[in-house]
Amino acid sequence: MRPFRRVSLLVLLFLFFPVKSLFASDGVPIDSGATAWMLTSTALVLLMIPGLAMFYGGLVRSKNVMGTIMHSFVAMGIITVLWATIGYSMSFGSNILGGIIGWNKDYFLLKGIDTNVLAAGVPEYVFSMFQGKFAIITPALIAGAFAERVSFKAYCFFIALWSILVYNPLCHWVWASDGFLYNLGARGAIDFAGGTVVHISAGVSGLVAALYLGSRRGFPYQVIRPNNLVITMLGAGLLWVGWFGFNAGSSVSSGLSTARALTATQLSAATGALSWVIIEGIRQGKATALGFASGILAGLVAVTPAAGVVRPYGAMILGALASMVCYTGIQMKNKLGYDDSLDAFGIHGIGGIAGAILLTFFIRPSWMAEAVNASGGSWTIWNQLGVQALAVSVSIVFAAVMTFLIIFCLDKVIKLKSTEKDEMAGLDRAYHGERGYGMLNPS
Amino acid sequence: MKLIIAIIREVQLDRVREDLIKAEITRITVSRVSGHGQQRIEEMYRGQRIIPDLIPKIKIEIAVNDSFVDTTVDTILKSAKTNGEEGRVGDGKIFIMPLEECIRIRTGERGGKAI
Repeated sequence: MRPFRRVSLLVLLFLFFPVKSLFASDGVPIDSGATAWMLTSTALVLLMIPGLAMFYGGLVRSKNVMGTIMHSFVAMGIITVLWATIGYSMSFGSNILGGIIGWNKDYFLLKGIDTNVLAAGVPEYVFSMFQGKFAIITPALIAGAFAERVSFKAYCFFIALWSILVYNPLCHWVWASDGFLYNLGARGAIDFAGGTVVHISAGVSGLVAALYLGSRRGFPYQVIRPNNLVITMLGAGLLWVGWFGFNAGSSVSSGLSTARALTATQLSAATGALSWVIIEGIRQGKATALGFASGILAGLVAVTPAAGVVRPYGAMILGALASMVCYTGIQMKNKLGYDDSLDAFGIHGIGGIAGAILLTFFIRPSWMAEAVNASGGSWTIWNQLGVQALAVSVSIVFAAVMTFLIIFCLDKVIKLKSTEKDEMAGLDRAYHGERGYGMLNPS
Repeated sequence: MKLIIAIIREVQLDRVREDLIKAEITRITVSRVSGHGQQRIEEMYRGQRIIPDLIPKIKIEIAVNDSFVDTTVDTILKSAKTNGEEGRVGDGKIFIMPLEECIRIRTGERGGKAI
């Protein structure tokens, strides 16, 4: 209970000393350098979604390839509309309902930000669209956990509800200037680009959904193999490229912090990938392409919360550790026997948790010095570790409970799990009336 | 020895295969084929109704000793049929052919024991 008391004291403090807001009113000159980079980042993060579609699409059986690709693509439609309508307001508006969620009537339908420019010199439209891409990719990540066995219609409702009830509140807590995790401890819980908001929440929700829905038909006795690892590799490549927008764009500037995030991202992805194939080489004697791709993702996921605060050596260690933890996690999954089909929890959940916790040990000294100043006394990495652990726990518990409630209620109205007939026929035929490939052999 | 060739619906493959395995018939060859029989299907392509000339099907080939012919055929009949007892046009066909010889490449064994 101690940390909570401390938090409430700090929250009180912030009530008296208003936090410097990210947002500024009209009249701020536009920083064309920062804006140009943020526009690029916004496009790069959107590129991750077709990247994810390809990554996941290649891993399923050929009868499910279009359905799986559509899980990512349809999120671009649904979540964009939701985000512009209420999502941005719920996430970046001021606290209402005791800070559970934000709201700002000017953000409803983005109607009041026509002339707004952030303090960083970036038009608010750019920032809201940039954040919107994060809102899109997060529910799309969950789809990997229950691939090949979910009704398309129910999935659409699920991601809409999930976005409103899980993503927006978490995003508000972690990234809004009055969010309670943003203001936790001396300088807030560190989540640079979405370790808790995006990866932990998606991973944990995926796990809950996979457990609720149960496994695919024939799992684990029937061997279920990827239909096309080539597109999986291309997808992993696109994700890596897009991640520069995801992480380096999260600095909302074009300067030193951008450069730091970019470097950390590259290094962690590379060491993650190398570590994974080295582990595989030792344990199975062969380095697989899918292992390399998994390592890239593990490294990228782990560095996501950390990109703003770790130095290059820290990013490298983080990448290597992430691959070890995720590899072990996937081996455990195989022993435990639950069907997290494409390892949404195994990579995003476990990698995200590892990154958000372990980053504490690699924080650059200048950040810690500022934290000491901000706390007005001493602030050690152990204090920060507590803050990180609390932020991670909040994300895990909130995502797990809310996802369970959403699925439980939604399932009463529309069955989330495919019928046996639809599952055998494949998502492509059952829900889309299409086939991904012409005359390839069945897999 | 007989060669049993079954042309079935794509969607029935899993079920047929599971039932064959249950009946201890595990050595099979599966391929994706397309063909034209009695069945006519309508598909939608960009909002337009089209009737494909050739419909995708699955071909299963199983070489069996004579004593296994009935089990194999019964299993496929049961598991490839759709719409309950009625069946539907397009459920497929089974062809049975005499099989002259069967040779296991690794050992050179011939006849029934090579199957």
